[in-house]
Amino acid sequence: MASVQISEAEKVYIMHGVRDDLRVDGRGCEDYRHMEIETDVVSNTDGSAKVRMGHTDVLVGIKAELRRPRPNVPDEGYLEFFVDCSANATPEFEGRGGEELGVELSNTLYKVFNSHRSLDLRSLCVCPGEHCWVLYVDVLLLQCDGNLFDAMSIAIKAALFNTRIPKVRVLEDEEGGKEIELSDDPYDCLRLRVDNIPCIVTFCVFCLLVHVHQQVGHRHVVDATLQEKACSAASLLVAVTPRGAVTCVRKLGAGSLDPDSIFEMTETGKRVGKALHAPLMELLQKDESLGKKRQKVGFLA
Amino acid sequence: MAVDMRLPTVRKQISLAGSNSNADGKHLVVPGDVITSDTGFMRGHGTYMDDEKLTASVAGEVERVNKLICVRPLKTRYNGEVGDVIVGRITEVQQKRWKVETNSRLDSVLLLSSVNLPGGELRRRSAEDELTMRDYLQEGDLISAEVQSVFSDGALSLHTRSLKYGKLGQGVLVQVSPSLVKRQKTHFHNLPCGASIILGNNGFLWLYPTPGQQDEEEGGYYTSLELVPLSDREVISRLRNCLLALAAHKVLLYDTSVLYCYESSLLYQIKDILKPETMDEIVMTVYVLSYDTIWCRDRYQLCFGAAARPPALMGQQPGKFVGDQRRPSLPALNFIKGGGKRDSSRHGAQHCNVFEVHDSPVDPTAVLNT
Repeated sequence: MASVQISEAEKVYIMHGVRDDLRVDGRGCEDYRHMEIETDVVSNTDGSAKVRMGHTDVLVGIKAELRRPRPNVPDEGYLEFFVDCSANATPEFEGRGGEELGVELSNTLYKVFNSHRSLDLRSLCVCPGEHCWVLYVDVLLLQCDGNLFDAMSIAIKAALFNTRIPKVRVLEDEEGGKEIELSDDPYDCLRLRVDNIPCIVTFCVFCLLVHVHQQVGHRHVVDATLQEKACSAASLLVAVTPRGAVTCVRKLGAGSLDPDSIFEMTETGKRVGKALHAPLMELLQKDESLGKKRQKVGFLA
Repeated sequence: MAVDMRLPTVRKQISLAGSNSNADGKHLVVPGDVITSDTGFMRGHGTYMDDEKLTASVAGEVERVNKLICVRPLKTRYNGEVGDVIVGRITEVQQKRWKVETNSRLDSVLLLSSVNLPGGELRRRSAEDELTMRDYLQEGDLISAEVQSVFSDGALSLHTRSLKYGKLGQGVLVQVSPSLVKRQKTHFHNLPCGASIILGNNGFLWLYPTPGQQDEEEGGYYTSLELVPLSDREVISRLRNCLLALAAHKVLLYDTSVLYCYESSLLYQIKDILKPETMDEIVMTVYVLSYDTIWCRDRYQLCFGAAARPPALMGQQPGKFVGDQRRPSLPALNFIKGGGKRDSSRHGAQHCNVFEVHDSPVDPTAVLNT
């Protein structure tokens, strides 16, 4: 992750602020930064979305292709994730510098979406055992200002909502060979049900003296900036579906966490994650209902 | 907990083309624009010769001094001048010097002989001082310093040889473009709202709680790690968001504009200041309050129309108020009673209070809605 240098006094100031629930930019510990979400930004993909959260900028493009299904689950399609940390974000990502972070992010996404409850993979099946839709989800990091996972998961959800997969039919001819016929109408598409797709909530954990008991306590914040991340001990990632089910819990970073605080953070994560989905779906529905009147902003703003 | 999601909108651009107040105004160019085909001119910084035509290589304003044409870029790295106050971060500790990052093309240099020793001793620096450099300033520390000289390659040499410079303690750093910081007599301000600010010429602005009493025998190396009270934190967070709002609208930053912005932001919650529509409203109010200053006149007229005047100033002559251009220069201070003791808050000046109800109000947000 892009790192910032920070002095001891600044660290102390930030940590005291977290303790008093007033962060440097005036947010509380559970407040997100202002987000701007736009779908359908890349024209040659089947679905795309761009999310801007503070200075963090993430672009997701989804392409659907027909492939053979996996041997152990012949009646399901699947998703493939690839995260590209572009050198636009920070000079550290130049060349192969961003590869390590990209691999870590992709692996986490695989884990998060690896649940049957998140996406109905059976709807991606065309012909069991022979053809299925594979969704290649490509994530491009344009700018890094902390909280990459949350921005990525929101962008992926928005892009999946925006994805339009062409409807195909499998025709059998006399010799038993199968042919795939594409529907004539270009707007005849299959839309995915994104109701149960999880969103990631990342908690940054700070170790500080809680003055009531004069012992080391933990405080966590949601949507940390790079400066806050530099002062934190570790991060906990919780992926939550709209119904409150947790699909993945992962610890990032080198510090140690208290088991009680992990449990507490998972509970908070469920609450915060559930509260993220409702405004997101509302916004996506509104975006869709605007139709042709939608103002395309793209990369100009 | 609050989540604010929205669809992005194109920022309304206030166009500068075709307005009367800019008729004799700036000649703006982008890289590749031909400035002149006349061969009689000497080319300065920011230009190059392309087939006998003088072409700009940076985006900025054309400046002409007799026969010399140069282009001053609008957004650039910090170019230091002797005497500038800067805020910088230590990146390296080397032999007898520290390397300081100041948002310029090269890292600036802070020599060991240019800092005050703790305890205020005046002696030659010994080998021991060299070995204990890291005790004074480490990598990542923030300092305020003054530019002593400029090396031939453009790197700056800094010094902290006064008690007001030195290592910075608890506070918040805000980074903006260097061209937005106005050159003033003093860059250290104790704002009346309850916090202090250092407006570094290099675009690094430091906000910190006003120190209680001045105990500077340490020479500026002792940093207090005590808890900053919540009220001070609120002021500092609000100021930070105000600075970012002003920087986003390319408003010149100096103590008065920051103060006006702070006052007009009191209507909103701290975390709401950074929303685009709130930023627009706050900056519009700053334009109204700063109407009497030179930099603001053009922008005000662009926003509200050429004939508009702010409500309280209607019927009064502009320029009667104490604006920045009225501040007397140093020799003149001797002839003005109490002129030198004027503090930077300028609370004595009558400024338009937009929160009062006037008979014929000018609605700042009406421009945004049209």
